[in-house]
Amino acid sequence: MTDSTLARDTPPPASAAPSRVPPAEDPPPAAEEHRSDAKRVVRSILKHVALIVVGGIMIYPLLWMVASSLRPNDIIFREPGVLLETLETSNYSDGWNALSNPFGVYLFNSAVVVLGCIIGNLVACSMAAYAFARLDFRFKKTAFALMLLTIMLPFHVVIVPQYIMFSQIGWVNTFWPLIVPKLLATDAFFIFLMVQFIRGIPTDMDEAARIDGAGHARIFGQIILPMMVPALATTTIFTFIWTWNDFFSALIYLTDPDMFTVPVALRAFVDATGESSWGSLFAMSIVSLLPVFIAFLVGQKFLVKGIATTGIK
Amino acid sequence: MSVIQELATNKLPEGQAPKRGRRRTAAESRDNRAAAIFLSPWILGLFGITLGPMAMSLYLAFTDYNLMRAPEWVGFDNFARMMSDDRLHNSLVVTFTYVLVGVPLQLALALAIAMVLDRGMRGLAFYRSVFYLPSLLGSSVAIAILWKQIFGSTGLVNQLLEIIGIQGIGWISDPRTALGSIILLHVWTFGAPMIIFLAGLRQIPAMYYEAASIDGAGKISQFFRITLPLLSPIIFFNLVLQIIQAFQSFTQAFIVSGGRGGPSDSTMFFTLYLYQTGFGRFDMGYAAAMAWLLLVIIGAFTAINFLASKYWVFYDD
Repeated sequence: MTDSTLARDTPPPASAAPSRVPPAEDPPPAAEEHRSDAKRVVRSILKHVALIVVGGIMIYPLLWMVASSLRPNDIIFREPGVLLETLETSNYSDGWNALSNPFGVYLFNSAVVVLGCIIGNLVACSMAAYAFARLDFRFKKTAFALMLLTIMLPFHVVIVPQYIMFSQIGWVNTFWPLIVPKLLATDAFFIFLMVQFIRGIPTDMDEAARIDGAGHARIFGQIILPMMVPALATTTIFTFIWTWNDFFSALIYLTDPDMFTVPVALRAFVDATGESSWGSLFAMSIVSLLPVFIAFLVGQKFLVKGIATTGIK
Repeated sequence: MSVIQELATNKLPEGQAPKRGRRRTAAESRDNRAAAIFLSPWILGLFGITLGPMAMSLYLAFTDYNLMRAPEWVGFDNFARMMSDDRLHNSLVVTFTYVLVGVPLQLALALAIAMVLDRGMRGLAFYRSVFYLPSLLGSSVAIAILWKQIFGSTGLVNQLLEIIGIQGIGWISDPRTALGSIILLHVWTFGAPMIIFLAGLRQIPAMYYEAASIDGAGKISQFFRITLPLLSPIIFFNLVLQIIQAFQSFTQAFIVSGGRGGPSDSTMFFTLYLYQTGFGRFDMGYAAAMAWLLLVIIGAFTAINFLASKYWVFYDD
């Protein structure tokens, strides 16, 4: 990520918005009156003020949470400001050790699940996407429509039998129920995203490779995969963020504190402390949000592109 | 471009549609074999993780099952029970309120901000990041914890209100305002639809606006006569998607209410009630029936959306 993500209010270089249609209003016609120039400046200032106010209201709670995590507990209840006079880091050490395991265990568990899900989505979804985008096969239309429909299927309609199934295999309190569905390409959103991407890759190179005797495995592995890296990056980042935040599945399948991922650990933390220790609760909340925030900074370009083309959240 | 349009037309890329009524060539049967391999994980998942469990859950909806004994067939008992289950009715009211208030507010804000951001302005990337960030964090437990504090009786909101001399109530401990606090959290995540609106606004040719202003059309009439009609497919897309997602909201209500849906069931979302039924009381048969009800409701909403779209969604091409 080179530009445009840094949180600085400087005007972005012209190249920062490559996909824009040239704005209609920007080049002022030479003979235009000064009054309309002044009007435009006023309007632009008003716009910025409005945006800064709305943006400020949105971000303020986050800033306040960060500030509060660095304050003693009794001050959190009466200090709405975000400026710090002292730096209280004990919330972090207290929070880290508040549960039966150090918080690092939960971070590690989450990382394992996330890694498994990323690998699953990358491999399984890209394979399926190649078939949908490049192969002619029987029932393709039906299969494709089914795939699209599963995107919109509420997860709850399968969760009860899935739970029964996985508990009978003995997978409760393992990470398998969280990872195996991804290995089987059930995140059809990503299939769709990749299909869209592959359709945009010219078929000339496939043809050339085919004439040279390459099979589908080689065309997929050596031509298509390297060219769809942006789609793979989008998939990776979204999978990372969604899996990292995923609460419902973890709540159902992970009941052993040693196996907790970060969201269920946080929930256990809330239950254990009630509302008496917001400071350490906030501290661990921030620890849990930090990876998402970093993923956002690093991958913003892919996130924005991914949403704009497929409408995922 | 979008899942919705794709689904509506179910088009396949040109020249690649399966050919019927013709002798299969060697290439085609090779494609069939290759497709079977490339799609094998997906097919396993489709039947093993999605369709199989769906059918199973439909069966369970007609049974009494608690994981201990074998499922016992009870016919339509679960559905009859739904008719007289007041907590379920309440959870539907809560969920509908959340969806019907939260989604329009969220989309209106998303569109408003996207309109302000659309012209090639300074700091665009910065603003976009600021507005987008909450929608990535919004579904996390951490933010739900933050919300629980902010809208608590000694929370940030009341601290700020105190500065201007107002004694606030415990927003999440009062049944009248608890749901509203969670709806605000939903509105807070307007960034994702905003990005989709931004992309859509860029597709509208600038010359339409130029022509309109030459003809003397003001900003407001430009909005209603150019922006809204040309953006209507995107609005429709956002609406369908956000409604489907909002019906499934769970984490925020769970954390804010400590898993209980309180106070007085005022944040008892349908999904939360489903969770309590299935995984709190292990009343799996009833939970499966509820899951199917949710599917039918979401399906109905989507269908209504599609039908209504004929009257207000305008496709340019």
